Amino acid sequence: MALSGLDIYKLLPKTNCRQCGFPTCLAFALSLAKKAVVLAKCPFVSEQAKAALEAQSQPPIKLITLGDDANKVEVGNETVLFRHEEKFHHPCAIGFIIEDSLSNQEITQRLEKIKQFHFERVGQLIKTDLIAIKQTQTGERFIEVLKLVLGINQPLALISNDKTALGDALKILAGKKPLIYAADSENLNAFSILAKEYGASLAVKADSIDSLSELAAKVKESGLQDILIAVNTNNKPSRTLGELTQIRRQALKKNNRNLGYPVIAVIEKLDSYQELIKAGDYLAKYAGIILLNTLEEWAVLSLLTLRQNIYTDPQKPLQIEPKLYPIGNTTENSPVLVTTNFSLSYYTVLGEVEASKVPTNILSVDTEGMSVLTAWAAEKFTPDKISDSLKKSGIEEKLKHRNLIIPGYVAVMSGELEEKSGWKIVVGPKEAAGIPSFLKNLT
Amino acid sequence: MALDLVKEKWSNAVAVVTIGALKDEGGTRSSVVRCGGEEGLPFLFAEGKTPHRPVIAMEVLDVEPDDWPQSLTSAIGPAIKNPVEWAVKCEKDYKADLICLRLAGAHPDAQNRPAEQLTKVVKDILQATTIPLILIGCGEDKRDNEILPLCSQAAKGERLLIGETVQANYKTLTASALADGHSIIAQSPIDINIAKQLNILISDMSMSIERIVINPTVGALGYGLEYAYSIMERARLAALSGDKMLGMPFICFVGYEAWRAKEAKASETEFPTWGKQLERGIAWEALTATTFLQAGADILVMRHPKAVELVRKHIDELMKE
Repeated sequence: MALSGLDIYKLLPKTNCRQCGFPTCLAFALSLAKKAVVLAKCPFVSEQAKAALEAQSQPPIKLITLGDDANKVEVGNETVLFRHEEKFHHPCAIGFIIEDSLSNQEITQRLEKIKQFHFERVGQLIKTDLIAIKQTQTGERFIEVLKLVLGINQPLALISNDKTALGDALKILAGKKPLIYAADSENLNAFSILAKEYGASLAVKADSIDSLSELAAKVKESGLQDILIAVNTNNKPSRTLGELTQIRRQALKKNNRNLGYPVIAVIEKLDSYQELIKAGDYLAKYAGIILLNTLEEWAVLSLLTLRQNIYTDPQKPLQIEPKLYPIGNTTENSPVLVTTNFSLSYYTVLGEVEASKVPTNILSVDTEGMSVLTAWAAEKFTPDKISDSLKKSGIEEKLKHRNLIIPGYVAVMSGELEEKSGWKIVVGPKEAAGIPSFLKNLT
Repeated sequence: MALDLVKEKWSNAVAVVTIGALKDEGGTRSSVVRCGGEEGLPFLFAEGKTPHRPVIAMEVLDVEPDDWPQSLTSAIGPAIKNPVEWAVKCEKDYKADLICLRLAGAHPDAQNRPAEQLTKVVKDILQATTIPLILIGCGEDKRDNEILPLCSQAAKGERLLIGETVQANYKTLTASALADGHSIIAQSPIDINIAKQLNILISDMSMSIERIVINPTVGALGYGLEYAYSIMERARLAALSGDKMLGMPFICFVGYEAWRAKEAKASETEFPTWGKQLERGIAWEALTATTFLQAGADILVMRHPKAVELVRKHIDELMKE
């Protein structure tokens, strides 16, 4: 039976010392109840309370770290089945499989490509997280390929069934916390020992969810903590989705500790579109790590964008600081565009302004992170608010003109805004895509 | 020891909406499309049946589109200049489940085409194709209230899915659809309360819930997709838990949204690190579509033939039990 926030509060010191990072013991207790934080954050907790809270305080899905301090990725620690209930916490790690059957030149080319996979979207850097080396040849070749990959500062996964080769690879990777993929009922003991010896994490794979649970339990008994659950991606998609959902439910709803680990989905080599679509399904439905083969830039960009969407906090839309942003070498004659402080609105406008190469001021109004139309409907993007922002921004001192360009969708506020602000209102395009030609045609 | 599986038990199913009418039903279609009817969450067949697979409608405009990127228009070819040929191509070559005709040319700011021309396109497409038809106005309420009732009448008995109604403007179109035996699209602005409210208002005009489809207003990948995704999940959970006024199938205008995204349109010269333009556009539309399938989409309205093919194949795979 899960303890409520209040039950937990009764067991805490109630000193509100803030050392846990929360303003009060009650806030900490509520967060513990949601399993969003660990009890160890409280330095003053009594032994008695510790025992009572032990099970409760562990996150239902363990947080697993791959890589070393300089290059690490964390997955797991998820608390909900649907993102609207709270949010998804640790973005699914996305990585690429490098097979040792490729020539050294091909491998180097692939690695060069992988290094380029970082994109800026909505003010955030999105990038891929890890590389998996897959053994299909001799142990020697596997080590040779590992050495090629070492230069690329990303956490690694080792896909192999070869105990000796893995041992050699793990020696080289000491301190870098790689992932071993994957232990089955045959090699479970040997792989657990290796993982423990070298501080690696270990994925377990099996045909059924029952066997997965049993295998994970055995690994845990061996003393290894860092476990991942591999789903069978060669099944019918509905079966794989069912398995992914059931593993998440077991961890969250049944507090099943044997399945309370992040899930890894390895996608076999397919046409790039199919790999992307499969990866998209796993990303939406609970995978903690996805490994794929395609290195098409468009596929990677699409998948990283989907991850950014799904892992956005639904309670906190991405916002920017509401203020005046001069873009390019603005002068006292440069135009002024007004938009909201919703990141997506601002960055979409910014992208188009930059593309136009016309130095322009963008005034971002505090709409609490709402987009233009939503904010307008919610009365957060009103003539009053915009007039206020204009005054506070200090732009009136910087410019010779008083022309303000507003989004086409809120043309209806022109009259009132003109009255309130004293500026002349120019109705801009409805869609940001129309901005470059609009700015170029301004006289 | 076998695990005690966590299975959800739901008390309500999504309503089944039928689009298109056969000859002996008063229409002229040679097949009909049934959508909705889910008894559980998407593709979790162990918990409830999904009697009807998600379907793909291909979007056809009554006038040649002027803001579609070339990677999209060239995939369709010269037929894009003629809505009837275009619709036939969607049925014959691209194996669309339905046609979605958007009367873009009716917009006062576009060509403001006269009503006779618009009703003629509807009739001509119905004559030249055998699959069911979704009909969408130009989005300008006043003009739509004038032309959609005429189009509705011209297609009487064909059991179209016709739209769109919004909270501030639903009566005229609902009345027409009721009179002419069509079903209706209820559009809400990514807002579960408005979605429900509008469904209630439409039902109050004695439109049965088996004749309403929800348009939750989706955003493209990278452009607010997650908002609609979560609204759809919430609405579907409510529906399965018994809320009949949210228990209608979803229609998602994926093509319309995806092809507005910069990532779908920008050239490779402009963004060399984004990869090939054509594939990028197709991927953008396809991934937007398949992600909404995971949130419960029933009808996907799409544009690029290759994206349609990819998503149809994925639906084939997803539906295997």
